[in-house]
Parts: sequence; structure tokens; C-alpha cells
Amino acid sequence: MLDTPSSAGHSTMPVSADPLASLASGSPRRATARLTTLDRTARLVFRGRESAIGPAGEAFGVALPREACRFASNEGRSALWLGPDEWILLAPGAQAGPIAAAIEAATAGLPHSLVDVSSRSVGIELSGPKAAFVLNQGCPLDLGLGRFPVGMCTRTLFHKAEIVLSRTAGETFRIDVWRSFAPYVWSLLEEGRRELD
Amino acid sequence: MLIITCPWCGARPELEFRYGGEAHIARPADPSTLTDEEWADFLYNRTNPKGLHAERWRHVHGCGRFFNAVRDTVSDFFVVTYKAGETRPDIAGDQAK
Amino acid sequence: MTNRFRTPSGGRIDRSAPVSFRFDGKTYSGYKGDTLASALIANGVHLLGRSFKYHRPRGILSAGSDEPNALVAVARDAARVAPNLRATQVELYEGLSAESQNRWPSLAFDAGAINDLAAPFLPAGFYYKTFMWPAGAWKRFYEPKIRAMAGLGKAPTLPDPDRYTQNYAFCDVLVVGAGPAGLAAALAAAESGARVILCDEQAELGGSLLAEVGATIEGKPAQAWLADTLASLSKHENVTLLPRTTAFGYFPHNMIALAERVSEHLAAPDHDLPRERLWQVRATEVVIASGAHERPLVFPDNDRPGVMLADSGRTYVSRYGAKPGDRAVIFTACDSGYRTALELKAAGVTIAAIADLRPQLHGELPSRALAAGIDVRPGTVVTGTSGRLRVSSADLAKVSGGAVGRSETIACDTVLMSGGYTPSLHLFSQSRGKLVWDAASGSYLPGTSVERERSAGACRGVYGLNAVLEDGYAAGEAAAKAARDTASPQRGATPVNGASSRSFKAEAPDLGNDGFIGATPHNRNPAFAKAFVDWQNDVTSKDIKLATREGMRSIEHMKRYTTTGMATDQGKTSNMNALGIVSEALGTPVPQIGLTTFRPPFTPTTFGIFAGEARGDLFDPVRKTPIHDWAAEHGAAFEDVGLWKRAWYFPKAGEDLHAAVARECKAVRASVGMFDASTLGKIEIVGPDAAEFMNRMYTNAWAKLEPGRLRYGVMLREDGFVMDDGVVGRMAPDRFHVTTTTGGAPRVLAHMEDYLQTEWPDLDVWLTSTTEQWAVIAVQGPNARAVLEPLVEGIDLGKEAFPHMSVREGRICGVPTRLFSVSFTGELGFEVNVPAEYGRFIWEAIHASGERFGITPYGTETMHVLRAEKGYIIVGQETDGTATPDDVNLGWAVGKAKKDFVGKRSLARASMSAPDRKQLVGLLTTNPATVLEEGAQIVADPTAPVPVPMLGHVTSAYHSAVLGRSIALAVIKGGRARIGQKLSVPMPGSVIEVEVVEPMFYDPKGERLNA
Ligand SMILES: [Zn+2]
Repeated sequence: MLDTPSSAGHSTMPVSADPLASLASGSPRRATARLTTLDRTARLVFRGRESAIGPAGEAFGVALPREACRFASNEGRSALWLGPDEWILLAPGAQAGPIAAAIEAATAGLPHSLVDVSSRSVGIELSGPKAAFVLNQGCPLDLGLGRFPVGMCTRTLFHKAEIVLSRTAGETFRIDVWRSFAPYVWSLLEEGRRELD
Repeated sequence: MLIITCPWCGARPELEFRYGGEAHIARPADPSTLTDEEWADFLYNRTNPKGLHAERWRHVHGCGRFFNAVRDTVSDFFVVTYKAGETRPDIAGDQAK
Repeated sequence: MTNRFRTPSGGRIDRSAPVSFRFDGKTYSGYKGDTLASALIANGVHLLGRSFKYHRPRGILSAGSDEPNALVAVARDAARVAPNLRATQVELYEGLSAESQNRWPSLAFDAGAINDLAAPFLPAGFYYKTFMWPAGAWKRFYEPKIRAMAGLGKAPTLPDPDRYTQNYAFCDVLVVGAGPAGLAAALAAAESGARVILCDEQAELGGSLLAEVGATIEGKPAQAWLADTLASLSKHENVTLLPRTTAFGYFPHNMIALAERVSEHLAAPDHDLPRERLWQVRATEVVIASGAHERPLVFPDNDRPGVMLADSGRTYVSRYGAKPGDRAVIFTACDSGYRTALELKAAGVTIAAIADLRPQLHGELPSRALAAGIDVRPGTVVTGTSGRLRVSSADLAKVSGGAVGRSETIACDTVLMSGGYTPSLHLFSQSRGKLVWDAASGSYLPGTSVERERSAGACRGVYGLNAVLEDGYAAGEAAAKAARDTASPQRGATPVNGASSRSFKAEAPDLGNDGFIGATPHNRNPAFAKAFVDWQNDVTSKDIKLATREGMRSIEHMKRYTTTGMATDQGKTSNMNALGIVSEALGTPVPQIGLTTFRPPFTPTTFGIFAGEARGDLFDPVRKTPIHDWAAEHGAAFEDVGLWKRAWYFPKAGEDLHAAVARECKAVRASVGMFDASTLGKIEIVGPDAAEFMNRMYTNAWAKLEPGRLRYGVMLREDGFVMDDGVVGRMAPDRFHVTTTTGGAPRVLAHMEDYLQTEWPDLDVWLTSTTEQWAVIAVQGPNARAVLEPLVEGIDLGKEAFPHMSVREGRICGVPTRLFSVSFTGELGFEVNVPAEYGRFIWEAIHASGERFGITPYGTETMHVLRAEKGYIIVGQETDGTATPDDVNLGWAVGKAKKDFVGKRSLARASMSAPDRKQLVGLLTTNPATVLEEGAQIVADPTAPVPVPMLGHVTSAYHSAVLGRSIALAVIKGGRARIGQKLSVPMPGSVIEVEVVEPMFYDPKGERLNA
């Protein structure tokens, strides 16, 4: 299991790169669908049998939701249901190591898998009254508030890229997308809101 | 674009799914005991019915689960979807069962 | 001549907003609210085009999307040219510039009109009869000529500069058509709280109400009611109103495609607006309120400019304030023609006569016409028209018992015809609903539904304003209720709209539902009279009768033979009349002949709307590694590998591919090189049963692989053929770090998930893709260790502590790493896995550390050459889906002692170990300078008689700079037994001699790996 970078023994601090940095810096402000990159996030994929699910949630600090396509949050951390035995655990910052260690300790001997995927994807937030309209230009899901309520999350598609989409507020969506697909998704979100104010 | 009901996630658009061929064809527990003909039958021969067809789908851009569906190959409407490992439900008029 | 035919008042045009436009280079004026057609009519312009086959002059037939004649090209600039637009749907804007089509050199004098004189030689099926001989001439000669002569508009050659967007939309009730039925349906659904989308192809919502001048609804004038209703609908939060939006396709499970023209009607569109938007609407329930199309009458010379559908003529007057002429003859088979006569007369048009096909008159409208002093002639047909580019007279004759009397010529500049109405069944039929013949109205109507839809109003044969409104309202109520009741979708039934709970008290003249199908009788020489059925494809009643005489019976054959109904108007005005003519010719009732299939799109749809945003850089995702930008900054050339961009080679000034690769190869062998391997697929396989799962998925044995060690793994499909390969590290007893080929990553993961979920769900193991978690930097060459040593903490890189094919976890430049000692070059090598976000940082650190050794970044081409020198295969290059492990010399990787693994049973088939299977070998050309072509065939004797037996083919071929000669890999039948033999590779103009050798050209003992 990974831990976090250190600069021990080296003169320069490791430099983390964001694949959206240049696109985001030139992004126009449009109030009806604001587009922002999210800060670095620790991401862990937890998968396992019934016996490991409870202890994993307890160690993480957020009970892993058992309802399909729902996420739960507590003190900045979120656990997203992605499949009946699959969750992605999100925590602010790049501190995957200690979180992973805590979960591993709590689930020792119980059948499960925990994998650090902090660098695999990047987070994007789309917010505003036209956010759903912009997303629906590439996402084939019904994003009406009644059909995709706050607290819902799912893997789905945005144009030809797979994303993890969650609704964090009535007009706010979070998109998690694999790093190499992020510029494609960002550019299409920009295209989608081009006609908006 | 079809609507397919994932047994886990509910009704979702076809784009999120991948077809997985005919359902209920279990891999033999010990393939070495099969004759070449039996093995070829397992690998290649499928029923390809006109009408109700039990088939595998995977919600690949969703929960990732494989599941089974009974689809009418004439109308393209799904009659029922069910989780992998469950037996094919009884359906009136289902000749293939 | 400015708007001479404009009425002094009335209509929905904005007379305070004059608009100037050009048609065929001449400037005209119209008003905001005009279509191009209405503005031209107001200016007295009726000649708009030449017909497809005979190049006959043609005018405006209709006022809507059913227009077959008036096709124009509208150009904004050289790239923005939209051909084949219906002038009846083109909204006027300041500066609009339109051109007529299909004429040369000019619209008024067209050389192709010679075809009209040659018409006896261009009968139905003339393509099939005339142009089939001699063989080959169709492609070389006839087709290009016919295309040049008979083409429709010309597409622009420049790329389309406009934007097109697409979006998915969802609603409880989609209402198609915003005429009275659709508006009432939308009202009902909206009032019940349903999410409603109401779309209509016209610029304004309202349908027939937009031209309604006499009727009242709920006590208000119809147009006032319309305005109030639209205002009320737009106040509903759950209602989306989409004017200028055509529902053009009905797809399975209630997905309806709508094409919205977003900015086409604007004089200076904002470039941030899309030109068009594709709405992919998923509706729980659909209400089709698509109305009906007025049918033309099929009589001789019915295509002359000035001949128009009667209700369209009325629409021009009442909606656009544009009179179709000064003096009109009306030819009708229903009461609708009388309404036209009355409204035209009120607008100042002289009604020369009404010829009514019906022998007897009754009803309110004919009485009003008589009372107004109009010359009404029952039992009368039009037998012809005269005039060169415009009607100047019509011939009227009495008809009784099928006998047509002598014609009387009546001067007129307009002939308006009405054969009744044809319900618009296009969308219903596209939804696969079954049509039923309704003898009472003489039309096909929607019958059994397949999808969750219902029709309302004229499209299901309901006529009369009040009945239509109530039918629409009832359909909207029923649809909203059915949408709420999602648990029990009713399919396979004929929906009943039921009674409307709202009364509209609409008062409008009763139009009845009389009509006529087929060709009207006439007294002309049948050999020369041209009575058109299909205006766009120039099909006459004679063509259809000829087809029946030549043996066509099925309406589908008839359609293809005569091309009737096959033009871009989808036969909206022609299908029923064609059917009537066939019915009469064959003596078979219409319902027994059947109807041709309706297919999408309802009206022509741009390619742009289907492409949407998927063009140029956004056609597909372009995947770049974390190191991509460094490579680009350092001059790398890139190649596409799947969706990935991979650095191909790093040319220095003046170097071509060959020179750069030679330099890169030598550098790796002599000192050290570095390579971005981040695109390799990676899967983390974790759980107590991880090793057991690996055993079942790979040919290799995994149980004894120690944590900290690597192994090259081979994966088969169940049919025994190589599917993928890659290096696998055991990180812990229950954790494997699996790598796959770049292109194979998703396929391998799906293959593993399939077995895990459906065959062995009992195994406690889980798969997680880590492809994008890790950046991978290969450091290869004799100095590789020396480059990395100063950067790495916590890992002893010594030969003994860290032998070849090991993995260690530690840090590099402070970043956590999984360090592999592995080589795909045959040199001492390492692969540095670091979290992707640090990929570039670590790459630069390694590059800096390697400077003292002249570290050389290399690309995929050098990687390919180096591995080929060692005989390492690439799955998909040396294998083609029919190679066993043994075929490609990987028999050693198959765990013989294992009881089972995916593909094992298939390997046991006798043919899978036949000695004449194609086997991997090396090839050396006799001339060391000759580089073979990949894919080239290999034969034993190039002089053998044709067909020369093929032994195999070249799979990889390169110039090896280190060896100073060419090398190649190949698969050859019984190849291993042929080592030492000379074979031939025949190429155009020469035969290349090769020697079969072991597929290992460099350091055969592998001593350099452990340097
Ligand atoms: Zn699912």
C-alpha cells in the first residue's frame, strides 16, 4: 500500500501535475454552469464480502451505503456505492496511506480488497441552474432532481468517456474521470456550456 | 436505444451495457472430461431463438455486474432481468424453457 | 414589383419589420414572419425550380414540410451552403440569399428540359431498362451523366464551420405537433403535473390555428386562444416548448429524435449558439399529434407553377397575407376547397370557378360559396392547364359515370386543388405500430401500438376543430395517467383516448371528410398527358399504370420500380394517390395492396446534427500519458495506439525516423535509454484467492511465485488462442500487480470479470483497474542501475538483492514507487511505477540523473526494434487470434501440471499441436540491406503454378542498427523444422530470398539481462 510522498533526502519537493491545469486556467466564467477542478483527493477502491463491509466503513468514518447508487458523507469524507461489492472512498488531500492502513487494520483476515487509486482520476465540479442541461449533452441519464436526487452517484458515460457522477447539491454535480480522459470531458463540458451566460 | 433494467441499478440506457451472449451456459466443472464435440458445443453452439431469449448483459458503465435478461428477439422488448446465478424465471408462453 | 400580392392587412407577419432578401441574385422584400415561399408569393414569384427528371418548371405546391418542389439552396458564405431546403420552411431573415436548384444555365431557360420532350423514352424503370448495357458502362458513363443532370442541390465542399449539439432529454409526455390536438394534449398533461415536452416543426407553435381566421375556441377567436394557451403552457415549470423542432425519428423504447433549428433563422447568429440541436428524448408516453397532409389531385399538367394545394393557398393568404394570384380556379373533392375559395375571395382574389369532383353538393361551405356568387361546378374535373412558366388557364370538363365531356378553357393564374386529407402516420409507423384501413374516411389510421404512444386529432382521422381539441385533451390526460402508472406499461393495444374532461366549445366550419384517391378522369391523349403523382421524383400516373402492366404487384416493388414516394419528401403528398392508381389498375381494393414502410427521417436532417460535438479533436478521447507534454516539448513524433498518443521517436535536428531510431537503439544497447510505458494496462488483483484466480486465468503457475518476484504471464481465450500477455508482480500473498498490453487493458479486465462474476463467484478476489494510477518509466541499458541508484530510497538495487524479474516497493525522489527489474529490450532494465501525478516529475529526475550517461529518451519504434532483436513477441502483431502459446514459442509458459485454466481444454485438441501449424521463426534476407514488408507472404517456390501455396507471412521487420542489417519475424507452417532453409518472399517486381533462423538475433544467451 502506498503512502504519501516525502522529500526526505531530496532537495526538491515532488511536483504533482494536474492534467486539467491549462484548460482550467483559460476557462470562461459562466454563472449558469460553473466549471471548476476539484482539489487533490485520496481515493480508495474497497471491495469485499459482507463481513468486511461494516468494519471498513467504521474505520473510514463513513458507513458504506448499501443502497444502490447512493453515497454517504461525513466530515469531508465520502463513500460512493459503485456496485454491490464495490465502493470508492474519497477523502480530501492526498492522505491515502493512513486511511488505507486504518481500513486494512480493521478488516484484517476478512475477505476484501483495498486499492489506492488516488492518482487514477481527477475531480471536476459543475454547478448552476444549467448544470444538468450541460451534462445531458453527453450523459444519457435522466438528471431530473426526482430521478437523480442529491446523494445519488453512479458510473455512467459522458460522451465516449466513463465517469463517476454524483449529485452533491440540487444544482451541483461532481465528476470523477480517469486522468487521461479528463481533458476530453472538460473540453466537452466547455462546449456544452458555450451557449450559456 | 433500448432501456435495460439492471437488477442492481434499475432502468438505464443501453449505452451503459454490453451484450454477453446466451445465458445459462455454464463452463464445465472439469473440461478435460469432455469430448472434442462436447467442448465445441460448449464453446460455439447457441440456440439463437426467434422469440424469448435468455442472455447475459453487463452493466459495464454502471455497477459493472453481469446479469441475465429474457428478451424477445422479435420485438426487442425485455420481459425480465435477473441477477447472475438466479434461475430463469417462469414466463408464460416461453417455449425455450 | 414590391409585394404586389400582399393583402393590405391581416396575417401573422410583422408589417413593421420589412426584410430584404435575394433569390437567384435578385433582391426582394418581405416581412418578419414570412417564409421564403410566402415572401416570394407576395412578390408574384412562383417559378422556384426545375423538376428532377424532366426539368419541368416547378413552383410552390404546399406551405409546409410536405413540399416536394420548392427546394432551394440557402448560402450564408462559401462554407455555409444548405442545399435542398424547402422554401416553405425557410424563415426569412435580413440578407437571406437563396438560389434555385437543378437548372442550367438559368431557371427560366433550362437545357435539361429537353428531357421533357424525350419523356416517352424515360418511362418508369428507365434506369433498369436503359442503362444496363454494356457491362461497366453504368459506372463509367451513365451514372455520372445522370447524376450531373438529375441531381438535387450541391453540397458545399468546405468543412462545415457551424456547431451542432446533442442532448438527452426526459419527460413523462412528449407531444409531437403543436396544432390544436397537440396543444390540448400538452395542456392536459401539464395540468396533471407531468413533465411535458411539446415540439413542432414550424417557427411558431399553433399548427393549423396559425391560419385560422373564422373559428372561436372557448369563446375567443382561435388565434387569441392560441396566444393565451401558449402563455399558460410556458408558465408551467415542467413544460418545455420547442418550436422549429422536427420529430424526425421514432426509435425503440420510446426514444424520439428531435432536430431543433436553433439559429438558422437568425440574420447574424451568435457563433456560440449551435446551428442545430439534436434532442434525444426518452418519453414515458408519447402523444403523436402530427396532423394530416392535404392530398393533391392527379390531373394532367398539375405540376405547372401556380398549381398549389388549396389549403396551402389559403394559408398563404390567411397566415402570411400573401395572395397566390389574382384569379384562381379551385379543383376540389372535399369541402375544404370551399373554405379556401371563401377566404381568398375575401382577400380580393377572383375565384374563376370551383370544379368539384363530386356530383352533388351539400354542407355549409358549398352553400356559402354559392351564396357568395362563386361559379360552383359539381361533377367537374380539370383536364389540363396551359402557360409556359406559370399557369395562364385551366381546362374544365364535366364528368359523369366516368365519361369526361369536352373541356372549357378558363383563364386563371392559379389552380388550387384539394383531394382531401391524409393522416400523417410517419411517426406512428416508425414506432412499428400497425396501420388499419378505415373505409369510412378512405384512409389508413393508427391501429395497434407497439410503443407507449397514442395518436390524437387529424393524424388518427379525427376532424373538426372541437373534436380535435377534445381528442387531444383526452389523449394528454390519458398519457399523463399512463406515465404515472409506469408499473404496467400497456403495449400491443390500440389506445383509446376516451372522453375529454374539458369542453372547448370550438366553433368552426364543418369541413367534412370527403376526399379522392388516385388519378382524376380526363379527356386527353393518355400517351402525352402528364398527371403527376410524385412531384419530387417526377412520377406520373402513367408510370404507375405502366409498372402494373409490367407485372409489379407489391406496392414495395412498385415504389422501387417507379421511385414514387422515394424522394426526400417521403411521399407525403404522393403515397395515397399512387396506391389509388395501383388499386384501380389492378382492380384490387386499397387495403389489400398495403402501404410502403415509413422510415426515418420524417424530413431531411443534416449530417451535422448526427455528428454533434464528435468531430475534430473531440471525435474520440485523445488519451495522453503524464509524460506526454515532456515528450512533445522535446520534439517527439507521436503515433496513435488505440486512443492513446504514444511517443513514436524523438528526432534530433535533421533526423528522419530511420536515423532517430538507429541512434536510440544504439544508445540503449551501449549506455541507457528511457521510455514512457505508462499506457500499459494494469490491474490490481487482491484477495485471499488471488493466486487461485491467477492460476485459472493465465497459462502459468502462480502458486509458487514469491512475493517480490515478477513473472511473464500468458492469457488465452477459452478457444486456446493467445489473447494477451504481460508481466505480473506478486506484491503480497494476496495481491498481484498485473500488466496487460496497451490495447488489451479493457478487454482483459472484462474477460477476468466475466469469469470471476459468472463462473467462479465463490472466489474471494477482486479486480481494480490501476492503468491510470501509475505512470511507468522504463529505464533500459547497461547503465540503468547507475542512473536510478542515486534517486531511489529504501531499495537495494544490487544484482543479488534485486535480481532480474523482481519487484520492490520504496521511494524515488520522495515519491512512493513500485520498482520492477524487468526488460523488454534484452538489456539490464527497470520499470519505475509511480503515481501518475508524479510521472513527469520523476521522468525529469531520471533524465537529469542519466545525463552523465547520455540517457536517451526513445519511443515505440525503438522499443519495437529492440524487442524484435530479442525475438519477444507483441500480441496482435506476431499473433492474430489463431496462435497457440506453442506457435509463438511460449510453450514454456504453459503450466503443464495445472488441472485447468482458461483455454487448456482447447489446447488438448489434436489440431492445436499439429506439426504444420504456423510457428514463429526469424528471417534473414540474403541481402542484409533489404527490409521485408510486414504482412508479406512467404512461399517455398515462387515459380510454382498459381495458386502458389502460401507458407506464412512476415509479422515484424526492421533495420537493426546494432546488427547492421535487416531482421524479421514471421509465422511459417512447420517453421521450426524449416530453420536453415531458404524461402522466398515474392514482392511486386522482385522475389526476396530469405533464410529461416531462430527468432533471436541479439545476445542469444541473455547475458546482458543480468549485467
Ligand atoms: Zn447496474
